[in-house]
Amino acid sequence: MKKLKINNNNVLLIITIALFLVMYLGGCFIYADKGFTKMQTFLDILINNAGIICVTCGMTCVMLTGGIDISVGSVIALDCMIMAVGIEKFGLSSPVLMVIIILVGIVMGFIMGFCISYLEIQPFIVTMAGMFFARGMTAVLSTQQISITEDFFVKLSNLKIEIPFGIGSYVNTKGIVQTPYVRITVIVALIAVAVTFFVLGYTRFGRSIYAVGGNQQSATLMGLDVKKTKLKTYMLSTVFTSIGGICYCLNTMSGTTSQATGLEMSAISSAVIGGTLLTGGVGNVIGSLFGVLINGTISSLVKFNGKLISSWSNIVTAILLCFFIVLQAVFAKVKESKKK
Amino acid sequence: MEKDVVLKMRGICMTFPGVKALDKAGLTLKKGEIRALMGENGAGKSTLIKCLTGVNHFEEGEIFLDGFEGPVRNKDTMDAQSKGIATVYQEVNLCPNLSVAENIFIGRAPLTKLRTIDRRAMNRQAKKLMEELELDLDVTRNLENYSLAMQQMIAIARAIDMDCKVLILDEPTSSLDDREVEKLFKVMRDLKKKGVAIIFVTHFLEQVYEVCDGITVLRNGKLVGEYDIADLPRVKLVAAMMGKDFDDLAKIKPESEELKVDAPVVIDAEGLSHAGKIKPFDLEIKEGEVVGLTGLLGSGRSELARTIYGADRNQTGSLKVKGKEVHIKEPIDAMKLGMGLLPDDRKAEGIIGDLSVRENIVLAMQAKEGVLKKIPMSKQIETADKFIDMLQIKTASRETLIKQLSGGNQQKVILARWLATNPDFLILDEPTRGIDIGTKTEIQKLVIKLASEGKSIVFISSEIDEMLRTCNRMAVLRDGAKVGEISGDEMTQEGVMNAIAGGDGNG
Repeated sequence: MKKLKINNNNVLLIITIALFLVMYLGGCFIYADKGFTKMQTFLDILINNAGIICVTCGMTCVMLTGGIDISVGSVIALDCMIMAVGIEKFGLSSPVLMVIIILVGIVMGFIMGFCISYLEIQPFIVTMAGMFFARGMTAVLSTQQISITEDFFVKLSNLKIEIPFGIGSYVNTKGIVQTPYVRITVIVALIAVAVTFFVLGYTRFGRSIYAVGGNQQSATLMGLDVKKTKLKTYMLSTVFTSIGGICYCLNTMSGTTSQATGLEMSAISSAVIGGTLLTGGVGNVIGSLFGVLINGTISSLVKFNGKLISSWSNIVTAILLCFFIVLQAVFAKVKESKKK
Repeated sequence: MEKDVVLKMRGICMTFPGVKALDKAGLTLKKGEIRALMGENGAGKSTLIKCLTGVNHFEEGEIFLDGFEGPVRNKDTMDAQSKGIATVYQEVNLCPNLSVAENIFIGRAPLTKLRTIDRRAMNRQAKKLMEELELDLDVTRNLENYSLAMQQMIAIARAIDMDCKVLILDEPTSSLDDREVEKLFKVMRDLKKKGVAIIFVTHFLEQVYEVCDGITVLRNGKLVGEYDIADLPRVKLVAAMMGKDFDDLAKIKPESEELKVDAPVVIDAEGLSHAGKIKPFDLEIKEGEVVGLTGLLGSGRSELARTIYGADRNQTGSLKVKGKEVHIKEPIDAMKLGMGLLPDDRKAEGIIGDLSVRENIVLAMQAKEGVLKKIPMSKQIETADKFIDMLQIKTASRETLIKQLSGGNQQKVILARWLATNPDFLILDEPTRGIDIGTKTEIQKLVIKLASEGKSIVFISSEIDEMLRTCNRMAVLRDGAKVGEISGDEMTQEGVMNAIAGGDGNG
């Protein structure tokens, strides 16, 4: 018989999921009259955070190797700007631009990954350079806010994918049937999570990521190509970021230089809340998904309250981060004392 | 290549910045043979192994491997593995965050038709392998759940499963207990029957004679010789390793014990204890005395010493240093009182790898002076040179980074660091662990010399005869409590054993 073993790693995951449920159900209880219980509230959290979910998938992989990527926010701003400028100034079509955006991601991931793995420069420094570069390039492309008006892109952005079989449907006060829906971006984000889950759990590359994060020297001595694994991880991350950038763009429908500032921190905090250790080797993408959902729920709760300013969500995130980091430290200590 | 020879390394030369690590070293290994690779610390054993496994890249020399035309050179560990050379290192080099099965199969896990990892097949094969080695463990659990010894066996399982022709065991027994060593030897003999050739690197002479067929001796990076086990009795082996006749260790102890009877008391602990670790104890240490702390591993030897030094908090009781009541809050207080502590875990608590030998030596001296009073460079150089010379530290220069030194020499640098502060009272926690016999003798001699100069020393070692040679008196510990003291005629191998075991009312 196969038993679900509870070890330290999935304890953190269980705590994360439990926390999400508590927060969400708490919201349902407190703001039931304002419509928090509607399925659409949950789906809106997914819609609003689709881009971040994609980014967090990549971030989780990078953090599992023990690295970090703080360029993602700027890369997303660059992606949106490429899309906006490409359509509005150069008249390119959006599918072509999507390919260009992903190519830009691959090139940036390769350069940063190469510096980190083969030249052994600190990931923080390398991706900080990437961050400044991407943000700078965004301004070079245009310093103005450009809205995207291309038909196809607008249609894609407005596309509602309704939940089938009438699940969650209800009739509103005017007597019209409301069916809950998601955007295409949510589908993309969930696919990204599924792909990451699969890669991390069931491929040699994915397991190598864990090995590198667990003990880099051991991984080398066991005959794994650590440098190549790291390079591939950073490339994977920036591809996810580019996909996230497209999703983000579908949400905002514009490009500006100040877009997505601090998004890298949201992604990192989501991964940490989801149980990924900054030191690498421990964590998984399901946890990270719930990390994003927790952050999303916090914003949503603040919004439903209506009286609080949005900065409160930052404060709650900060408290949660502390809570999880302390929790991880406690687990690490317990593990250590058990060994002795 | 000659018949039955699986591996032949010859004329291997390799230079690290400033040090010639290997100078025409070599090794010949036959099929189904267990060969000990012996040598003092810094003789080049690890370096030679790393040349074979592709970690180090040697400048000169050739490696011939059975089944390969001409000399081979391994680019990296992966390359070596693919040629049938597997290595198990002293420090377990596995990933604690992965399952046992994954640690065995990572990088070569069985795949399904979809090119994904076939976890079920992987776990099944791992389980089978564990059964072959008679290990009872759950292969799906994370490695970190198992003891160091178990991890070592898992590392060996990994090597075995890779169909290796040459298996290198680099000091695999240093963290194993007797029963586990026996198990390992059984596995080694089984492998030998299957035709696997094994290179066994160890410091334990007994183990060499128990399990090996041949011995290859290195000294100062040079090949001394390759012998059959029958042709090289122990004494000759030691002589070959040290390059000189075996210094009679028993004779280093001075005769002048009675001198210390009316010497002033330096350390006087009364009811000193450490919450949860050490029960209240009294201990008196006189000037010029070497007091040994003995007891089984985990009996609290190190902790007791650390309590005197104030290295851990939460202590109670009174401590008098040279007759004055003192309260030590942190190590710097102890240092200012003229104490020094050489910790047992030199990697974690001792050396700072990226600093030079000189900087490592003056570190404690500088800390004692305070950060603001920088010790002049000329004095630093003078001090460093003095101790490099005095302790015969083998280093290319005083500015060489300490991490480039061998283990025994690193140990000497830390010792020099404390000696540089000119302490009156020195705690040496396992100063000779993991270093070779020659250096051990030197350190023992040094301890006795320091004591004769009027320093008081607490000496901790797992080797009883080493303590018998150096100590004037021994305090016996059991389960965190000081249970007695032995001195004079009781100071024999047997007397100490009895006291530790608590058999005859000594405690």
